[in-house]
Amino acid sequence: MQIPAPFEYARADTVDDAIALLARHGPEARIIAGGHSLLPMMKLRLARPEWLIDINDLFELDFVLRDGDRLRIGALTRHTTLLESTEIAALFPIVADAERVIADPVVRNRGTIGGSLCQADPAEDLATVCDVLGAEAIVRGPSGERMLTMTEFHRGAYETAVAADEVLCEVRIPIRSRSGSAYEKVERRVGDWAVAAAGAALSFAEDGTIVEASVGLTAVGLDGTVGAVTEPAPR
Amino acid sequence: MQITMTVNGTDVTNEVEPRVLLVHYIRDVLRLTGTHWGCDTSNCGTCVVLLDGQPVKSCTVLAAMADGHAITTVEGLATGGTLDPVQQGFMEEHGLQCGFCTPGMMLTARALLDVNPHPDDAEIRRAISGQICRCTGYATIVRSVRWAADHPAGMTEADAAGGDPSALDDSAGTTTDPGGAAAEAAHAIPAAQTEPEEVTA
Repeated sequence: MQIPAPFEYARADTVDDAIALLARHGPEARIIAGGHSLLPMMKLRLARPEWLIDINDLFELDFVLRDGDRLRIGALTRHTTLLESTEIAALFPIVADAERVIADPVVRNRGTIGGSLCQADPAEDLATVCDVLGAEAIVRGPSGERMLTMTEFHRGAYETAVAADEVLCEVRIPIRSRSGSAYEKVERRVGDWAVAAAGAALSFAEDGTIVEASVGLTAVGLDGTVGAVTEPAPR
Repeated sequence: MQITMTVNGTDVTNEVEPRVLLVHYIRDVLRLTGTHWGCDTSNCGTCVVLLDGQPVKSCTVLAAMADGHAITTVEGLATGGTLDPVQQGFMEEHGLQCGFCTPGMMLTARALLDVNPHPDDAEIRRAISGQICRCTGYATIVRSVRWAADHPAGMTEADAAGGDPSALDDSAGTTTDPGGAAAEAAHAIPAAQTEPEEVTA
């Protein structure tokens, strides 16, 4: 029987409440959202947080909305929502490509984009997706909000720039006209972690010239998940 | 900590440690052992229950996280002594062999049909793709869910009297005996076995 080590549990009512709880309970407090990465690690005693701050009630972080030239995705948005969103599929096919092969439908009902990014598993798919799309992470802490590029966000395996008293609130993806993207994953079993995976995005000028191209790789190294490259205008 | 949730329509309140997983709370505290406990790693899906109507793997949800929410277990599928069409489908189409995966499969099927009453076989297969049947009885499980989709009101008197018309089209030839077996099966499981009587605080 796999049971986590003892911990204390608190449920946050708002993002500010979550930040206050993190500040109060110190560096061994952790945010729990879908729990499908953290709880398995806690069951194996690979993670032993002293406090869990449950943010599943924070509906303010569960949204997908178009805001000018950005698509804003709340950190608590579940994988199922990302997969089923026709707006996301139209703008960023890479998201549906990746979501379709993340775990299984039941797990996707719980897992969140914010949890996936903050877990920062080297074999995690959405980190590559966000990197390839040039996404920005909005992180909030006691002193306010800050915006991080994905390069700034990733610090390595299981490590991000989100501080112990900060919460990842949303991901913003720039919307580019005349663009395309895709994700392909090699896995040993359906729904398993990637043996390796690759994502790519292109955007074109009106005359068909490629203006931006980026490629990202998943599960090919421990020093962060991806090596996205943006090449200047190959033809 | 104290948690309160609605399980199969009944409010329950208990004192639990925060680290208690939902599957163990349901089985060991509520004594609803229809929810099975399998791989413990959110792979096999035998522990699936509905959390606010959505299938979740209860080995990877804390009981504390279900505080204030509604849970449906397999014991809550039947209503008033009448089996859910999904349960009837599993009987009609031989959807179980050893039965270990069955509760989770049936709950996922129920959730699928609630949002998509007419799924095609690919959608059914996708819906149950997070659950493992080690008897490998997937073909009959899919047929069982299809039966439930085709019989949203469950077994009717006409079905019981004349057999299941859709089953007669089954090219695999594994239909139930029209009439006799179907009529018998509709009454085979006493309602008392499916009542969530032990859900008390």
